[in-house]
Amino acid sequence: MTSALAFDLALAALVLAIATLTIAAREAMSAVISFIAYGLLLSLAWVRLRAPDVALTEAAIGAGVTGLLLLGAAATIGDRQAGAAPPLALMLAAGLACALVASGLAATTLVLLPEPAPTLAPPAMASLATTGLGNPVTAVLFVYRALDTLLEKVVLVLALLGVWSLAPDRVWGGVARLGPDAPPRAMLVFLAQLLPPVGMVIAIYMFWTGADHPGGAFQGGAILAAMWLIVLTARLADMPATSHPGLRLLVLAGPMLFAAIGFAGWALADAFLAYPEGYAKPLIILAEAGLTLSIAATLACLVAGPATRTPPP
Amino acid sequence: MSTAIALVTVVAVSAGSIFFLAGTIGLIRFPDAPCRLHALTKADNLGLGLIVLGLLPQVGTLAEALKLVCIWLLVLFSGAIVTQLIAATSRHK
Repeated sequence: MTSALAFDLALAALVLAIATLTIAAREAMSAVISFIAYGLLLSLAWVRLRAPDVALTEAAIGAGVTGLLLLGAAATIGDRQAGAAPPLALMLAAGLACALVASGLAATTLVLLPEPAPTLAPPAMASLATTGLGNPVTAVLFVYRALDTLLEKVVLVLALLGVWSLAPDRVWGGVARLGPDAPPRAMLVFLAQLLPPVGMVIAIYMFWTGADHPGGAFQGGAILAAMWLIVLTARLADMPATSHPGLRLLVLAGPMLFAAIGFAGWALADAFLAYPEGYAKPLIILAEAGLTLSIAATLACLVAGPATRTPPP
Repeated sequence: MSTAIALVTVVAVSAGSIFFLAGTIGLIRFPDAPCRLHALTKADNLGLGLIVLGLLPQVGTLAEALKLVCIWLLVLFSGAIVTQLIAATSRHK
């Protein structure tokens, strides 16, 4: 057995163990912390499968942002979870459904898939030169399947609309509350003063390098969102009201810019979301820049949650 | 020469791994939050520092080396502050 195989087997066993721990945890908070560790280990697994783009996204979104969302949810329902457990039949049905989905997925990927597995990787690589991009994953996201990417960003905005809609009528358009009421600790303020400049450079690098290397708008946006959330939690800046026109524009700017480029493609390159010859890379980077900002704003707003206070006059 | 460089890597990365192992054992075995944090920071600071030190001779370019050092500094910085925050929170409980 080679050391690489031993490492992979240990990693797979660890992922399974953490997954079991997440399900078996009695408290919501422990389950969420296990889930974050699970996401980080899963991103290591993606690295081993030589999918660094997926690994970065899994670490930033799967473990980072989703973890934060779940931590917030667990903190909110913390006092209420002492209630009665759901009926046994319901738990059994949920478990059975999960087992069915998992075995169905395992059957399709492990048993039914022909050997070698069908792949579009060679044609994707063959056309890469025409896009001017160096990273085939970015080419898939913004050239071959650009419509999927555009709609994905629209879904993100819709998700934020759903969260904002949870605000009661009297605070509609108000300000979301982030973190506890107590004044922030001096250490947290220090972190919020020193880390964001570094984080912003890393976020911009992440988006910029995405054209040719692993990275991109989603990963860069997630880091940018994290930096903003640190500043907000340390109360160095106020969360803008959800009715703030600038915030709403920031959330919409990326998808709108991407859609505008798409419609321009109709006039200039004969198809929706097609790029004029030779202009593919600059247009993609422009769209990604807008999307990075919008993703950052949307993710941060998702974590901050619905408005809980009336907007300041 | 290359043998000497490889030796530096093996020694430093092994030493770093020992810090991680010791830190993990401490995290599991120590009785309360400050002790566990004490164990954890050794793994983060020294363990990762030694691993980065061991990997430095293996990188191809100066930019890659700088990235590795940046990763270590970022972990040092955030680790030190988050440790303080956890310790302060656990004391006020």
